[in-house]
Amino acid sequence: MTGTAIFFLVLAIVLVWGGFTVSVLALSRKPDRHDFPPGGEDDHREDIGPVERDT
Amino acid sequence: MSATAGEHGAAQPREMWTGQVGFILSAIGSAVGLGNIWRFPGVAYENGGGAFLIPYLVALVTAGIPILFLDYALGHRFRGAAPTAFRRLGGGRLKWLESLGWFQVMICFVIALYYTVVIAWAASYFVFSFDLRWGDDTAGFLVGEYLQVGDPGFSFTFVPAVLIPLVIIWIAAIVVLAFGVARGVQRINVIFLPLLVVAFAALVIRSLFLDGAGDGLNALFTPDFSALADPNVWIAAYSQIFFSLSIAFGIMITYASYRKRRANLTTPGLVVAFANSSFEILAGIGVFATLGFFAFQQGVDVAELEGLTGVGLSFITFPAIVSQMPGGPIFGILFFGSLAMAGFTSLLSVLQVVSAGFQEKFGLSPRQAATRVGIVSMLLSVLLFSTTTGLIALDTVDNWANNIGIVLSAVLAGIFAFWVLRKGPELRYHLNAVSTFRVGGVWTLLAGILAPIVLGYMLIQRIVSLLVEGYGGYPEWYLAVVGWGTVVFFIVAALVLTGVRWRRSPDAFRPWPPLPERMSQADATTTTEGGRS
Repeated sequence: MTGTAIFFLVLAIVLVWGGFTVSVLALSRKPDRHDFPPGGEDDHREDIGPVERDT
Repeated sequence: MSATAGEHGAAQPREMWTGQVGFILSAIGSAVGLGNIWRFPGVAYENGGGAFLIPYLVALVTAGIPILFLDYALGHRFRGAAPTAFRRLGGGRLKWLESLGWFQVMICFVIALYYTVVIAWAASYFVFSFDLRWGDDTAGFLVGEYLQVGDPGFSFTFVPAVLIPLVIIWIAAIVVLAFGVARGVQRINVIFLPLLVVAFAALVIRSLFLDGAGDGLNALFTPDFSALADPNVWIAAYSQIFFSLSIAFGIMITYASYRKRRANLTTPGLVVAFANSSFEILAGIGVFATLGFFAFQQGVDVAELEGLTGVGLSFITFPAIVSQMPGGPIFGILFFGSLAMAGFTSLLSVLQVVSAGFQEKFGLSPRQAATRVGIVSMLLSVLLFSTTTGLIALDTVDNWANNIGIVLSAVLAGIFAFWVLRKGPELRYHLNAVSTFRVGGVWTLLAGILAPIVLGYMLIQRIVSLLVEGYGGYPEWYLAVVGWGTVVFFIVAALVLTGVRWRRSPDAFRPWPPLPERMSQADATTTTEGGRS
């Protein structure tokens, strides 16, 4: 391989796989917020769910 | 047995991913599909090689990720598949925006019909790899012996070698969908995605030790900076990112709607976007190292090879390479196994959009929707694409569904969400209220202005090209019926389904989190002004 091609191969890996690694690390360090607005409990009253049938 | 649901019926809890990892793996499984393996390497090579990295990354950051976030925000805030989400986005004023959701559902419905066929081909070639059944003339084998391709038109001469694996793939997909989001779709992704990465990584490592691999990588990564001055190269980069990320046709809206309300959206979105691109780079390395070997064997330059993308690359060039390679059957098994797995996880996401849309509108359970939608789809798929005219129909429908259908859907979503309804601030507020990675005003500019303009330009350019130049050398009447007819079908079906009465109205809904007072007042002012105009 030529030096230029190797440089761009490495650059692609560093930028794209690096972006992936950084985002995974950021997510693992802070998976979720701790200061959500009030509410937002999943009580499902406003969701559309499958029809419930009796038997 | 009687149905108790309806306007006053009880709703069961909405299905949910079991957690963040399940969602991320499923979203990556959706994004990583056939296009990552058979499209990206060829597109990169033909559009500047190493220099293509620049427009590719620019497109990822300025359009791919912003539109991905838009889909997440729509699905998560309005908690529904595309028709529900767009109806709720429209609010009282634009309830008919539901039709844009059905337009996306119909795109998925049609894509599923032929995507399954390609997976069936990959599954067949996986089996053929054991004894290298394609022989020396791989093009002749594909077109003649395997697909038995006839002239453009409509044929009812079925090809059993395609029909049988096609039915098996459909039954497998229906069974997975019937198990629901967590026990079906997520579980398959959790198994298949790591398996895909391991199989493809093994293939790439093997390819790097082949004679001529360095020449192949030279061809892919040597930059041609003059290409950057060509607007078509930039359009190719935006197209690649756009089609690769599973955005703007309902998938990510639907997937985000299955996240709990208090769920991080943007950082997982970055993981998904970069994972998708990472797989594309991996595929580029594997494919071009292998093509380098092929060129070496033929005694020619990589530039002289033909069939570097799509069906030609996968089902003509690669089998020819496998035949010449030491340990070829194992390489073929890895390649076609990877193709089938990547395709199947993407297929599930496409079908989940259709299933979810029908579940919500008609009050169906996942099992009912999977079987009813699945069986109808399977029959249509068999009728249209397992015959001797299947390859030509597939090529034509795929071109119109992607280049016209999906791009039009993205442009309309951007225009309605940001320009007509002016929901940019609300959607941005939603993303920031639940996520760890905050998006600024630049997101509104990118998703609401830059993306619709770039995609709108792509759309117009493509429409003009199809009208003036036609496509694939097929007869005009055929393109009118099968190509443009597909788009007409999307529109008519979307309008008809919008007109059908909801089993349970989705309108009594309040999004969480509620907007802060200052934003609600601004929103009310905008709505009033919009109502007056």
